[in-house]
Amino acid sequence: MKVTFLLNGETVEVETPATQTLLDWLRNTRGLTGTKEGCNEGDCGACSVIVTDATTKRALNACILFMPQLHGKSVRTVEGIAGPNGEMHPVQEAMIAHHGSQCGFCTPGFIAAMAAGHANGRTDHDDVLAGNLCRCTGYAPIIRAAMAAEIAPSPDWMNERAAPEAPAPFAPESLDALAAWYAANPDATVIAGATDVGLWVTKQLRDLDAVVFLNRCRDLQQIVASEETITFGAGVTMVDVHQTLKIYHPSYAKMVRRYGSEQVRGAATIGGNIANGSPIGDNPPALIALGATLHLRHGEVTRTIPLQDFFIAYGKQDRAKGELVTGVTIPKSAPALRVYKLSKRFDQDISAVCGAFNVTVEDEKVQSAVIAFGGMAGTPARAKAVEAALVGRPWTRETVQDAMPAFAADYNPMSDMRASAAYRLEAAQNMLLRYFAEISGQATSVLEVQP
Amino acid sequence: MSAHKPLPHDAAPLHVTGQARYIDDIPTPANTLHLAFGTSEVAAGKITAMNLDAVRASQGVVAVFTADDLPFANDVSPSAHDEPLLATGEVHYLGQPIFMVAATSHLAARKAARLGQIAIAAQPPILTIEDALAANARFEDGPRIWTKGDVDAALAGAEHRLQGEIEMGGQEHFYLEGQAALAMPQEGGDMVVHSSTQHPTEIQHKVAEAIGLPMHAVRCEVRRMGGGFGGKESQGNALAVGCAVAARATGRPCKMRYDRDDDMMITGKRHDFRISYDVGFDDKGVLAGVDFVQMTRCGWALDLSIPVADRAMLHADNAYLLEAVRITSHRLKTNTQSATAYRGFGGPQGVLGIERVMDHVAAHLGLDPVAVRQANYYAAVVSGGLSAPRATRPPEGISRQKKNTTPYGMEVVDFILHEMTEALLVTADYQARRKAVDDWNTANPILKKGLGFSPVKFGISFTLTHLNQAGALVHVYQDGSIHINHGGTEMGQGLFQKVAQVAASRFGVSMDQVKITATDTGKVPNTSATAASSGTDLNGMAVQNACDTIVARIAEIIAQTHGGAPDDVVFADGMVMSGRTTLSFGQAAMLAYTNRVSLSATGFYKTPDLAWDRIKGQGQPFFYFAQGAALTEVVIDTLTGENRILRCDILHDAGSSLNPALDIGQIEGGYVQGAGWLTTEELVWDEKGRLRTHAPATYKIPACSDRPHIFNVALWDAPNPANTVYRSKAVGEPPFMHGISALLALSDAVAACGDIYPSLDAPATPERILAAVKKVRG
Repeated sequence: MKVTFLLNGETVEVETPATQTLLDWLRNTRGLTGTKEGCNEGDCGACSVIVTDATTKRALNACILFMPQLHGKSVRTVEGIAGPNGEMHPVQEAMIAHHGSQCGFCTPGFIAAMAAGHANGRTDHDDVLAGNLCRCTGYAPIIRAAMAAEIAPSPDWMNERAAPEAPAPFAPESLDALAAWYAANPDATVIAGATDVGLWVTKQLRDLDAVVFLNRCRDLQQIVASEETITFGAGVTMVDVHQTLKIYHPSYAKMVRRYGSEQVRGAATIGGNIANGSPIGDNPPALIALGATLHLRHGEVTRTIPLQDFFIAYGKQDRAKGELVTGVTIPKSAPALRVYKLSKRFDQDISAVCGAFNVTVEDEKVQSAVIAFGGMAGTPARAKAVEAALVGRPWTRETVQDAMPAFAADYNPMSDMRASAAYRLEAAQNMLLRYFAEISGQATSVLEVQP
Repeated sequence: MSAHKPLPHDAAPLHVTGQARYIDDIPTPANTLHLAFGTSEVAAGKITAMNLDAVRASQGVVAVFTADDLPFANDVSPSAHDEPLLATGEVHYLGQPIFMVAATSHLAARKAARLGQIAIAAQPPILTIEDALAANARFEDGPRIWTKGDVDAALAGAEHRLQGEIEMGGQEHFYLEGQAALAMPQEGGDMVVHSSTQHPTEIQHKVAEAIGLPMHAVRCEVRRMGGGFGGKESQGNALAVGCAVAARATGRPCKMRYDRDDDMMITGKRHDFRISYDVGFDDKGVLAGVDFVQMTRCGWALDLSIPVADRAMLHADNAYLLEAVRITSHRLKTNTQSATAYRGFGGPQGVLGIERVMDHVAAHLGLDPVAVRQANYYAAVVSGGLSAPRATRPPEGISRQKKNTTPYGMEVVDFILHEMTEALLVTADYQARRKAVDDWNTANPILKKGLGFSPVKFGISFTLTHLNQAGALVHVYQDGSIHINHGGTEMGQGLFQKVAQVAASRFGVSMDQVKITATDTGKVPNTSATAASSGTDLNGMAVQNACDTIVARIAEIIAQTHGGAPDDVVFADGMVMSGRTTLSFGQAAMLAYTNRVSLSATGFYKTPDLAWDRIKGQGQPFFYFAQGAALTEVVIDTLTGENRILRCDILHDAGSSLNPALDIGQIEGGYVQGAGWLTTEELVWDEKGRLRTHAPATYKIPACSDRPHIFNVALWDAPNPANTVYRSKAVGEPPFMHGISALLALSDAVAACGDIYPSLDAPATPERILAAVKKVRG
């Protein structure tokens, strides 16, 4: 595939295999070895680079970014974050002055993530850098550096935009073209952000024959609000989903802040998280608890189904070959929605259990209850027995405690390296207690406690 | 003078611009081959058949090696010659290298390595402590046992007595740069090896054995590692040896770097331990006697397990005077990765054992755990000046007139934790915060807070005495610029900068006069691993000695040519002054050169006063102790076990710090890494012996937001009474143990849920914390 983009300000044209990663190309072909491989799966951030398009400037993980995804964009690596005459960027100066590097191997990735955050005026450094692992410093000096650099203006050379370019045959621009192509090539692999498919290539060493890239399909990147609903196009990245959720569904947004990392959320799409059918994807429980509907399209044919019906069994979804997930619609308002993500580490960890609760109470009685979990079954799934044990009863601690055993009827979770089955079940039950306590105004989040 | 200044890391400008070069960044010739191992999918068994046809046929493959193809030694062990590079007939863990592929690219080698068809007659693997005890699978003939006093009598006669047990998991190093090596064949069969290693001489040694040449035919160079933490003390041998063997066979440069998953599946980790204890004590919590049994899983090969397990025993006392103690250590052999060196080298495990005892005793008596620790501390030692004979005097309030000796018979002559603890409790506002935490816990049913205090006294020196030596090579060029080299390796700790500060101080020049150069076995031979926190102590002194040799020669020639006595020549501020004569350092160097004075010198240092019998467990294994204390505050969620570290205060003893900025960096980083070991970092093997946590997706080191958001670190800043380089103290490993305060704080928070002692195991994942909460609630 022929790909054109800007690299550190210079136009490059590359003939590339579809699944060559940017990291491999930078290091092996281009000789730009400043960007490092730490894990080759998007979990450490050592390979972070800055990718700019018409509207955004983001740090992304180069190890799971395929070259065709860069078409028409601008890439800045650590080598290009210093100025054309070697002038250091403010974050580079600050990292030296505040002793933010020790072994230095994670440092180029930190510099890329920090410079992207700096250009965007970000001061929530823990979130900006949640995707960058450092084993030496304990992070404290890095955060000092990030804070010290806040007030410095972003250097001129960072203010670039990608040049307009020719269309790319591997990445359809319209949904019509995409749907037609995919219906005709139903065995192709559809690649959105590549935060999952990337690992098929870098870890499973799979060769993908036919692929199509969604990242240029603007029709899939829309967020449309009606009076009562919001519809996310399947290609909306989780960074943008997060921004919208902050306005309408703050608890869901708090969960998404911990979903992947800045780099992962900048590439990953809400459609990808649904369509891959993972039982531990973090969007589906919240979406199901919101009563979301899913939009699909096969060629010219579209259909809309309740999201909860999409997940049939482990590895099996209600999606025909050649059919695309095109979007998901949720209500604008659900004040009772709470979403709880449970993992060994708070940031950038895959959930052991992710629970979403949406219980409405009228006249102190439970009017409706929708509770959905990930990590508790082979698919994201509702806790219907628990819901039944709540509906119609007074909204009291006793009701909640009486309902908790019903989780065992709803779920038979498994044990793995993230958690035991017993812990998953107990934590899910306790999340209902937490939900009751939180709604009742008690302190329930360790993230909000000060020393 | 440069010494004691808080200068940035010497390579920081290179780090932040991406110019710092690691092994995989070194430009290589176009014909370079890339290697990958084919590994065992079975934890224990006999290889019955091997079909590598598909591997050979895979795209880009140039050569495939099995054990039969190795020309000389098939051994990458740092100790007992029990670790073949490629398996010979049997496999001993899941992940063990069986064959090796050389291909035209890293990806081609990885793809080919998965195509091997290896038939293995599987045997039941020995995985757990119980498995190993049942099979009597162990290293050494039986447990090591060291004793002091009459433990059984002390326990029998004690007013109070408790038994307990703590499990503590291992730890993946997770150096950000994975293992890597590059071998470049030279004329006449010689080999140059670039390796990401803490131990260049061992790489040289193992490569020489593997290609059948004397050590002089092999040169190993190391500019820097992207993190080591002990994981590159012996675990890089396999890659370097593999590259050298393949380079010798093909005549082409060979490079190997592990993919992260391969790295975690193949290489060793920190030893996990189970420590049980039987302790007797009085009403004040002062220990009468304690009986420890330490069990550790060493994995399949010996590696460094003996000195690791020894160091766990050597730190079973931590900061406490134990009058009667028995330490029994079982070094168990299991079909898992061979556990290896990791920052602290067994010390943290031993320290955690006694810290658990202190906590348990305090909880049992309802006493403040800090007070119980203070009551058990070694007696304070007041030094009578650095050069005067030392005198010991117990502080007021401590009436015990006991001999201040460790369980291994070493007298503690430098013990400053009484003062340090008092100072930390004041600056950290301990009493008020203790009350605030208790008040919070009374008011909050779901979220509970906890405070944890832990001291550390860590012994500095290699316990294998002959390793306590170092060499250096220093050149002064005729323009006055200086080239320094020594046997230590740079893994991020700032060793090179500290040693350069020593050199600049000796010559009285600015830092830009001093060139730091890559560690090179061709410049300084027979080096010890950069390990045991000893890098600066050993190499700093060796460089100082080399510099002083040259300084003396220059002083001599100046005295000869300009008059005055050599001793009166002063080297400072870039100048050399003698009487009324003042020369720039460059002029002085030129003067020496034109007078045919050698401006190159080697330096050598060996640590004095060491004597150690590890079988008896008696002697003076350490030159001195580095000390410190930490106080951590946490909050837990009693519904899920989720938790946060809220605040940490540390006071640490780095002697007269050679570089306070770098030392504080070691302390902050050590704390977070130590806390990670005991909280989120969980290694999980399944029943087949497969490590299930072999990538950052499943193995969770602390992320940015996991650091304490209030993080106060201070240096005690008093000269080391022992005669170390500029009276500094080693700082690499000791701060790791401050992380123990985080586990103790979590335990304290759990304890707020009821009346039963939590006995919280590590790592204290949310799951373990929730289980402990349930137990405490009864």
